[in-house]
Amino acid sequence: MKWKGVVCCCLMTLLLTAFPLLAQQSQVPATPPAPTAIAATSEVPKAVAERLNQLEHKVAAAQSSADNAWMLVSAALVLLMTGPGLALFYGGLVRQKNVLAIMMQSFALMALITVLWALVGYSLCFGGSGPVIGNFEHAFLRGVGVTPNADYAGTIPQTTFMIYQLMFAIITPALITGATAERMKFSGTVLFMTLWFLVVYAPMAHMVWGKGGMLNAVGGRFPTLDFAGGTVVHVTSGVSALVCALYLGKRVGYPKQPMPPHSLVLSFVGACMLWVGWFGFNAGSALASNGLASSAFVATQFGAAAAALGWSLAEWLKNGRASALGAISGAVAGLVAITPAAGFVGPMPALAIGFIAGVFCFWMVTRFKAMFRYDDALDAFGVHGAGGTIGALLTGVFAQAAFNPIFGAGKPVGGLDGRWAQVCNQLVGVLIAWTIAAVGTIVLLKLVDLLTGLRVHEEHEIAGLDISLHGEEGYNLES
Amino acid sequence: MMKIEAIIQPSRLESVKEALLEIGIEGITVTEVRGHGRQKGHTEVYRGREYTVDLLPKIKLEMVMADGLVNRAVEAILKSAKTGKIGDGKIFLSRIEEAIRIRNEERGEGVL
Repeated sequence: MKWKGVVCCCLMTLLLTAFPLLAQQSQVPATPPAPTAIAATSEVPKAVAERLNQLEHKVAAAQSSADNAWMLVSAALVLLMTGPGLALFYGGLVRQKNVLAIMMQSFALMALITVLWALVGYSLCFGGSGPVIGNFEHAFLRGVGVTPNADYAGTIPQTTFMIYQLMFAIITPALITGATAERMKFSGTVLFMTLWFLVVYAPMAHMVWGKGGMLNAVGGRFPTLDFAGGTVVHVTSGVSALVCALYLGKRVGYPKQPMPPHSLVLSFVGACMLWVGWFGFNAGSALASNGLASSAFVATQFGAAAAALGWSLAEWLKNGRASALGAISGAVAGLVAITPAAGFVGPMPALAIGFIAGVFCFWMVTRFKAMFRYDDALDAFGVHGAGGTIGALLTGVFAQAAFNPIFGAGKPVGGLDGRWAQVCNQLVGVLIAWTIAAVGTIVLLKLVDLLTGLRVHEEHEIAGLDISLHGEEGYNLES
Repeated sequence: MMKIEAIIQPSRLESVKEALLEIGIEGITVTEVRGHGRQKGHTEVYRGREYTVDLLPKIKLEMVMADGLVNRAVEAILKSAKTGKIGDGKIFLSRIEEAIRIRNEERGEGVL
């Protein structure tokens, strides 16, 4: 009878400690404690110890299954953002004669960046622990298998983490094509994007998310909060887009000749797909199927909705009408701005961030662009550069330990917690992203201009890139 | 024989067709066209950029008929195509010298 009591006590204690442990794991996904083997002692018979160890392994396996399922779905959702999401969104915004060319750029990047990622990309972003860029530790995906990488996501296979991060690397350069649309050579685009990925994206991703990175929120010199890529994805692509637009110059006929979007229906469908895919982007960045993922999911939805309303309202007051293009542009601007904040803020700040971003980006693409007369054809800078910057700064204001105690339990995180210094850290992060993006892009543009040329011939531009670069047309409606 | 060409609002096409059928006009050719009269189009705004769209979509009807039908046909078009707003379109009449049916080379009013 006595040993039964001991076993019961052991089991009860284990269960009681396991529950809070699991709950804690769901808050801090990156460091789940490895199950420590229970040794048989005089008080715990061998059979019981074995059984307990088995149970612990099963619990860990169950959590890994759940996390892995969510992360694989998230990876697919993020790919859905580029093709078809972004391809349709941008495709509808260009003129009919350039629809295939712009869609092809997104699609080509899906293939190109994937191959680069397998060869060196993943390693340059997440290999080693240098302050600026990764190393070749995982070149050719060496050492990337089903064993989790505890530095990044301890409950999912490293292959899952690797493929999930790839999807971010794909969409980032694809966003830039919005600024170069309707006039950049396909050859120049492929070469430029290859180099841009290595020179701008890889260091930025490593600095912010990589182990030992100088902007990493945990242990970095300037701890920058960037939950899902406000600086890494949107500031870098947006600022590079601006530099590209300035370097390439205006499209033939801009701004005198009308260049209205050829199909807002395509753009509409694309924007809605972007919204859905963004749940994988932001909530997936929790790298686990936990409370943090739910929190980021909620913030994403609220940020997008408030921004759609903000942009529409600004437009309504200014032009007397709320347009469909305005509403979807606003939603995308809100999704951009909530990206760095998603895992750090509550639902009410998410509404505020979204609304501010919606109004701000409306002003950027309507007034700011007109004042400075650059031809950012599809407003890659006005939405991603501007939205990413304002979102990154507001993250410093609204981040709260209650939603993500990233600096340790009980320690304040952002302005709402009284730690306004974080806004300065965010500013440093944003400035570094702006600098790397601007300098890297201008150097690469010069180089690519010498090697392949950047801009198509004028007659090709007038005929349309579909027919002149790809030898086909998007719509052969009479055949 | 006379030819009636009528430029009308696309939204009035169905009622004009019905009205013409009612008075016994059996042959009609319809074309989608773009143009402007005094109306001078409208403006569209995309992300703050305004475009004046001065060529608006219209429908052009063409029909050739015996002289006796012309007045009733014009009346029918006037009645069915009118919305009372700028942009309702115009009717043009012209004389036709000959009509030939391609199938059997028949000539004259009988082919209409």
